[in-house]
Amino acid sequence: MVHFKRALQDIRSHRFLNALTVLTIATAILLFGAFSLFFINISDLMNAWKQGIRVMVYLQPDLPESKRTQLQQRIASMNAVGEVRFISAEQALQRLREQMKRQRSLLDDLKTNPLPDAFEIRTSDAARSAKAIEALASDLETLESVTEVEYGQKWLGRFSGIFQLFRATGYGLGGLFFVAAVFIVANTTRLVLYSRQEEIGIMRLVGATDGFIRAPFYFQGLIQGAVGGLLGLSALWVLYIFAATQVRHGFTVGAIDVRFLPLSAVVAILGCSMLVGWLGSFLCLRQFLKEA
Amino acid sequence: MSPDPGASEALIRLFHVHKRYAAKQALSDLTLEIRENEFVFITGPSGAGKTTLLKLLYLGETLSAGQVIIDGMNLARISRNRIPQLRRQFGIIFQDYKLIASKTVYENIALVLEAAGEKPRWLQKKVNSVLRAVGMEDRNASYPPSLSGGEQQRVAVARAIVGQPKIIVADEPTGSLDEESAGVIMTLLKKFHSTGGTLLVATHDMELIRRNDARVIHLDRGRLQPAPPL
Repeated sequence: MVHFKRALQDIRSHRFLNALTVLTIATAILLFGAFSLFFINISDLMNAWKQGIRVMVYLQPDLPESKRTQLQQRIASMNAVGEVRFISAEQALQRLREQMKRQRSLLDDLKTNPLPDAFEIRTSDAARSAKAIEALASDLETLESVTEVEYGQKWLGRFSGIFQLFRATGYGLGGLFFVAAVFIVANTTRLVLYSRQEEIGIMRLVGATDGFIRAPFYFQGLIQGAVGGLLGLSALWVLYIFAATQVRHGFTVGAIDVRFLPLSAVVAILGCSMLVGWLGSFLCLRQFLKEA
Repeated sequence: MSPDPGASEALIRLFHVHKRYAAKQALSDLTLEIRENEFVFITGPSGAGKTTLLKLLYLGETLSAGQVIIDGMNLARISRNRIPQLRRQFGIIFQDYKLIASKTVYENIALVLEAAGEKPRWLQKKVNSVLRAVGMEDRNASYPPSLSGGEQQRVAVARAIVGQPKIIVADEPTGSLDEESAGVIMTLLKKFHSTGGTLLVATHDMELIRRNDARVIHLDRGRLQPAPPL
């Protein structure tokens, strides 16, 4: 309690340096939080898209029913397959008619049904990645009586790749922000320490241990981290409200709701922010008290 | 007051102590003992090594050679984490007071007890008690720069005695004070001595030495010399 009080006194008497540290942490947290927010929402979006992925397996014409049943069973037994449904050429044409209500006359002129029989496959939950879907498609292509395999959203694989790259960049930048924030905290703590060098010398002469000298600085670091973290997250919340309103009024994202960071992420970021404050003080003090 | 061999055990022992700064030999082959509850003046001209000798006792400086033993603790072998424990046996008074300008009089004194882990309820009582003893209770919320030299030195004495140390080392405690303030400071220090404390005062003020009945250790160019006649 004594150390906490001393930390608050120190913060009051070095307002400018402390405000600078808090702002630095807040900026780092805001940038890191913005990245996290972006990734969480893009992940949601991609998961929603992946849920809608269907693989169509087109069959040779006039395939006997017994062979078709065997093939359906074989496909259903594959790990990546969640559900297999047979869609006959007639059903497919019927669907097409329903989808092309306005251009129905075009289909009326057809003398024969050009569409093949097909299986519509929904992948299992475990096989929603672009790689798994690609692997499933090539397995299906090797099956006898299959003429073509088609899975829409092939672009998803490419998008997924870009997303992974973004994510790796995000982690890298997050790490850099963390290190930069730690060094900035360490440097502002160093400035405070230099301005109090004589005071620390006097404290040592009256019998203060290094632990006694360090403790308020640790509290100071934790307080700076907590305040900086809260400030950064509050700014992120304001930006989120603004961005979410824009997205909802737009049309590119469709039915996907933009959401804020989950509570666990907020707590983790706040924890990281306090760690940044503490670590900055710790590193600086370790060096300073050795030299002093 | 000369040391009585039959009296109490030596609290401070120095054996062949040398201290050398880069270009200067500050102390040479110093061997001496100071007993518990002794009142000692360390005197000599400027640069004689008075301040260096005091600093060696509380490890404000490290030895170049020899041994210093304080209450059984050999300072040549003391570990870094036991230095605060050693320093709590001392009350240190400096000519330039060394009070923390950003802390109030009360906080400057309380710091000693906080560093020693004193419980808050005792802390307040003890600080107020020493403030009364040095006549500064009405200035407890003042900051050192707003006090006169004499007042600052009284606060420094309060800070030195509040932790109930065994030894007080005072480096020219009256050097920059007027006669009246110097008298007040010496009265406070002698009161500490009369309650069983060991008092070491470095001074070149022969008048001060003449007025007090105390053992005199005379240094010249870092060596022990016979005390000059008073």
